[in-house]
Amino acid sequence: MHLEYQVFEADFVNAGAASSAIKKTLKQLNVNPQIVKRVVVALYEAEVNAIAHAYGGMIYADIEADRIIVKVVDKGPGIPDIEWAMQEGNSTASPEVRNMGFGAGMGLPNIRKNVDRLDVQSTVGVGTTVEMEVHF
Amino acid sequence: MTLKEIADVLEAKVLCGQDRLNEEHETAFASDLMSDVLTLGDYNPVILTGLCNMQTIRTCEMGNLDIIVLVRRKKATEEMIEEAEDEGMVVMESDFSMFKACGLLFKGGMQPIF
Repeated sequence: MHLEYQVFEADFVNAGAASSAIKKTLKQLNVNPQIVKRVVVALYEAEVNAIAHAYGGMIYADIEADRIIVKVVDKGPGIPDIEWAMQEGNSTASPEVRNMGFGAGMGLPNIRKNVDRLDVQSTVGVGTTVEMEVHF
Repeated sequence: MTLKEIADVLEAKVLCGQDRLNEEHETAFASDLMSDVLTLGDYNPVILTGLCNMQTIRTCEMGNLDIIVLVRRKKATEEMIEEAEDEGMVVMESDFSMFKACGLLFKGGMQPIF
């Protein structure tokens, strides 16, 4: 099953809508609730990242019999130092993002803790692609 | 503590989930940071937070957390209550500070999850 969702820059009102839709789909497919939670927590952090830090982007989810692969592709500005961004506590979040309860530098570390495979590719000026895979 | 006892001790107004007030819960977690709330694994503690916007409800939805106490006189919007109702959550508002709310629940027997 292939699903696609568009996310928009600074669209905090709808932040989480794509994650919520994928959660409902996984529940309908009777995926183990603990696995669903891991997928959704990782995806939600990635979705918030695309809205808070990037100029929006796309979320692509492919659900197979034994796994889900989610790709969050944003339109930039890109991450200059991925290793720095992966460390807990490091953040470039705006005050607006912090007011929403995010921006403490836990997004990427939280994603890493919840997925079986994580691949972050970023080019400054072009964008970031976060690909994650969780096995059922 | 039952959710009814929690609402009573916090002098809280229950906004939705009134039909669940007889449920017994043992643990609570307090944070204004939603990324912290997303690190709780399989636990479903009562969440105390002073963060009051749609992300509060959405984050709890993503984390399978369905009991929220808004502290520090924060008032939920209609939109938040509607979303919480759709998710079958219990949401209450207390005028108490986070410190006071946590202290009262701890005294009442609620446990931390770590």
